[in-house]
Amino acid sequence: MSLSKIKFDKKIVLSFWIILIALIIAAPTILPVFRLNLLGRYLSLSIVALGVDLIWGFTGLLSLGQGIFFALGGYCAAMYLQITSSSEFPNNIPEFFALYGVEKLPFFWEPFRSPVFTFFAIWIIPALVAGLIGFLVFRNRIKGVYFSILTQASLLVFFNFFNGQQKLINGTNGLKTDVTQLFGQMVGSESMQRIFFWITAIVVIAAWFFAKWVVKGRFGNILIGIRDDEPRVRFTGYNPVIFKTIIFSIAGGLAGISGALYTVQSGIVSPQFMTVPFSIEMVIWVAVGGRGTLLGAILGAVFINYAKSLVSEALPASWMFIQGGLFILVVTALPEGVLGWIQGDGPRNLLQRFGLKRKIETYPSLEVNNKEGNNE
Amino acid sequence: MELLLDSLFNGVAIGSVLLVAALGLAIVFGLMGVINLAHGELMMLGAYTTYVTQLIFKLPILKPFYNSYIIVSIFLAFIVSGVVGILLEKTIIRKLYGSPLETLLATWGVSLILQQFVRSVPLAYGTGLVISLLIGLFLPTTFPSKIKESINFKYFKFSSWIFAALTGVLTGSLISSSVSKLSRASARNVDVTAPSWMRGQVEIIGTAFPKTRLMIIVITLISVIAITLFLNQSAWGMRIRAVTQNRQMSDCLGISTEKVDIITFGIGSGLAGVAGVAVSLLGSVGPNVGGNYIVGCFMVVVLGGVGNLLGTVLASFGIGIMTDLIGAGRLLSIWPDMPLPLSNTINFFATTSMARVMIFALIVIFLQFKPTGLFPQKGRMVEN
Repeated sequence: MSLSKIKFDKKIVLSFWIILIALIIAAPTILPVFRLNLLGRYLSLSIVALGVDLIWGFTGLLSLGQGIFFALGGYCAAMYLQITSSSEFPNNIPEFFALYGVEKLPFFWEPFRSPVFTFFAIWIIPALVAGLIGFLVFRNRIKGVYFSILTQASLLVFFNFFNGQQKLINGTNGLKTDVTQLFGQMVGSESMQRIFFWITAIVVIAAWFFAKWVVKGRFGNILIGIRDDEPRVRFTGYNPVIFKTIIFSIAGGLAGISGALYTVQSGIVSPQFMTVPFSIEMVIWVAVGGRGTLLGAILGAVFINYAKSLVSEALPASWMFIQGGLFILVVTALPEGVLGWIQGDGPRNLLQRFGLKRKIETYPSLEVNNKEGNNE
Repeated sequence: MELLLDSLFNGVAIGSVLLVAALGLAIVFGLMGVINLAHGELMMLGAYTTYVTQLIFKLPILKPFYNSYIIVSIFLAFIVSGVVGILLEKTIIRKLYGSPLETLLATWGVSLILQQFVRSVPLAYGTGLVISLLIGLFLPTTFPSKIKESINFKYFKFSSWIFAALTGVLTGSLISSSVSKLSRASARNVDVTAPSWMRGQVEIIGTAFPKTRLMIIVITLISVIAITLFLNQSAWGMRIRAVTQNRQMSDCLGISTEKVDIITFGIGSGLAGVAGVAVSLLGSVGPNVGGNYIVGCFMVVVLGGVGNLLGTVLASFGIGIMTDLIGAGRLLSIWPDMPLPLSNTINFFATTSMARVMIFALIVIFLQFKPTGLFPQKGRMVEN
């Protein structure tokens, strides 16, 4: 995969940022509430896509279980919201407990009374869980498809656990957040949703810069080294387990933040966030946008989800065909994604094919070497 | 004793479904390093094949043979899923050889398409499509070698595809006009009813066993024996084993790895179809039926290791028996007076979904000691 990037003029970059910020500020007034809410949700999904890009695009670990961390973040946020707005219900505990005859709050709910704890829990708990799962798996040098199916199995395990425990976290019904109160305001209300949209936009930008910082420098180089040739990294004296665990828990933390933001905007968190299709979808956002390009992950998440909602509104049955086709198309025809294609040789090759640009000829040996490098 | 026998039987019954489903997956994974996420959907195709066969056998001409439809459907399911698998290999998987993660994603795309396909295309026309695929793929290979070597082979191939398409459309419309249930697309689940000789129970040593479960065990047994014989006794089986052990060396020695890939993938997919017949006997058949079993199959492959059928067999029965022991809380009934905290824990995990949680934990613990499964392949490669 080429690492070449297009160098932009400083003025272009500056004007891009000005337009972007103006759009973010203006969006709530331009878009109707329904669309704004959708956009906010998709933006929050782009944070989890950033995490997937970090572990898959840069480190070569295909996780099919990011839904675990996404849902954990969502549950942390929802538990706080439920518990702070439960004062009018019997026993001062959230309403649904009464349905199952639970009178005492389960112990792990207690810390979520504190907003500070919740603020940290949203990203630290998913990161810790990810780190633990990652460490146990990476320690044994389990990788490739083995890693993928183990993450998928652990996703199913978490799904089963959350789905079955009515008395602890309301099981399959999930936790509602849109009728809860935050700082004296209804979470589902229009004004709150607008604030959440802005928060999401800011967090997306912050996460983008954070991810950029992560993949920059030596740490990022080692990640790419692990992706391209892990034994060589090991023989050079680095321990890939540590780096893989760190990046996997970073991705988990990002997924948690994403899940929390998604939950407050969609109004509910439920075990449905931990279904297998949803977690694989996250990968396709990154694949279409361009793995190994952070901007591609964000754009991929937003555009594919927008396309999904538009297509599903018009032709409900066709989305599965389109999505399935997208999976096949992107891995066979466009393995570097749209942004990767633009940044790489894609446009030049296209122009060459139509005879609009002269073919660049290099030494045959150079091309052979490149091919070998690409095939690992 | 009776309790233990009961538990063992249940475990074996769960395990044999897992085994027949995971068998194809394990062989393909061992050979090509490819995890086929569409394996569950190939199972679903097998289950739908059973359903279609059942309805067709209700037609007046075939009515006298109705009781044997399940036997016929096993072979048909093998062929249907095998053909779809071969098509999958020829069009997509071959292009992605050497990049298993990409294959994983592509097969997921295929699984989505297959799911939506059975939802929105009437089953009669689906059957027609499969028939035309079958003819189109296999008719050219039956041509005499004179035609195959001639320059006009392309045209013969092309015309055989046209013939295939026509036959497919004809059969499709024939089925849809004669069986009204198959002429409309529906996303609803359908039910396969076992023939009368398979209903009811059999009594062995004082315990009653449902006949359908016994049938599944028999199907599994036959599949395992057939595959073992094929792999160990036939020439192609030897080639498959050779390529599994060392692909490049086999290629150098003149084995057509391409053909080996196609055959293995076809057989693996066909086994998924057979698993589909087994699954259709257990519950209703819907577009999502494969998804319920697929993760269990993956666990079998992970636990059993690649390149050894014995590992797959042991892993599936192990998981099956553990599922039953934990999920039904049988340890409690075997050992009633255990200490309270322990019995509370066992009760907590005594549901099917919580048993999965526990089994996954056990598998992860197991992998800490044996990361490459029960029977790892021997070798000194840095990369495995």
